[in-house]
Amino acid sequence: MNNDKRQILFDGVRAGLPICLGYIPIGLAFGVIAQKAGLSPLEIALMSILVFAGSSQFIAVSMIFSNAGILSIIMTTFMVNLRHFLMSSSLSRFSGGKKAGFLSIFSYGITDESFAVNLVKFHQGTWDMNRALVVNQSANLVWIISTVAGGYGSRFIPENAFGLDYALSAMFICLLVFQLRGFKYIITAVCAAITAIILSLWIPGNSYIVIASIIAATLGVFFKPDKPGK
Amino acid sequence: MEMNAYLILLLGMGAVTYIPRWLPMFFLSGKKMPQWFLDWLDLIPVAILSALLLPALITSGEPRHLAIFQPKMVVAIPTFLFALKTRSLAGTVVVGMSLFWLAEQIIQ
Repeated sequence: MNNDKRQILFDGVRAGLPICLGYIPIGLAFGVIAQKAGLSPLEIALMSILVFAGSSQFIAVSMIFSNAGILSIIMTTFMVNLRHFLMSSSLSRFSGGKKAGFLSIFSYGITDESFAVNLVKFHQGTWDMNRALVVNQSANLVWIISTVAGGYGSRFIPENAFGLDYALSAMFICLLVFQLRGFKYIITAVCAAITAIILSLWIPGNSYIVIASIIAATLGVFFKPDKPGK
Repeated sequence: MEMNAYLILLLGMGAVTYIPRWLPMFFLSGKKMPQWFLDWLDLIPVAILSALLLPALITSGEPRHLAIFQPKMVVAIPTFLFALKTRSLAGTVVVGMSLFWLAEQIIQ
């Protein structure tokens, strides 16, 4: 491995570190719950590899446990994960010049967490798709390992040790701060927050994320005062 | 659930998760897009982050109800201020985790 590649790997892993830290307790928790629902470590690994989407995996396992039909679990998964469509669209602004194969592999790793981390890095201007792919795949690897580890029934991390349960929330708070790059963005964030809170109280499931994001971004586009910050 | 049925389930879940992740990346990448659409995409991240985060912090239970004074929301305020002041991701994660751990200790 030459120096360039080593640097890319190092930068990507370092940027992905907060995600990995947050995935460990959630992954372990998922493994424990999945095991209780009757899934073997192999079955857990297969789900984490083929689906790789935390919240929908939790929902699927609880539906398996309550003997839901295959089709209804798949439909629910679709609804829960539809938000990645918006994230993928947003990231596609930075992926010009990459080959179809690379894009197809990269797409697999788009999650709430990797999307947010990579986007901030792209805006800072120090990022490229190779480093972004390392972020995606290191998070993926940690997710697979921690879910399987949880599946062996081991609770070797006590509940909320060192406040680990809050790692992802704290990360999202900081990434949101990074995104507040001007008045237009603040307005959009406030609008999204209010809409999402109201919708989340009103409709079950998590479709409020997609609906509120679309409403807020659309209103934000019509809000013209400051042009810079592109 | 039987292994065969489980595999069918996973393939279905995998497909409906992968396709929305893949479609825009594959078809929009490197394409010239109208300015209004780029402006719109530029606002999507902040909107998604806000829409993901705030309901998670401020609501609780199933069905959800408002829970403004729960630890994760109370801790979010100093964490937010810390992020605003320092702009350090690692620092914010450590501070948020410590404050949350502290809040849980106080409650117990």
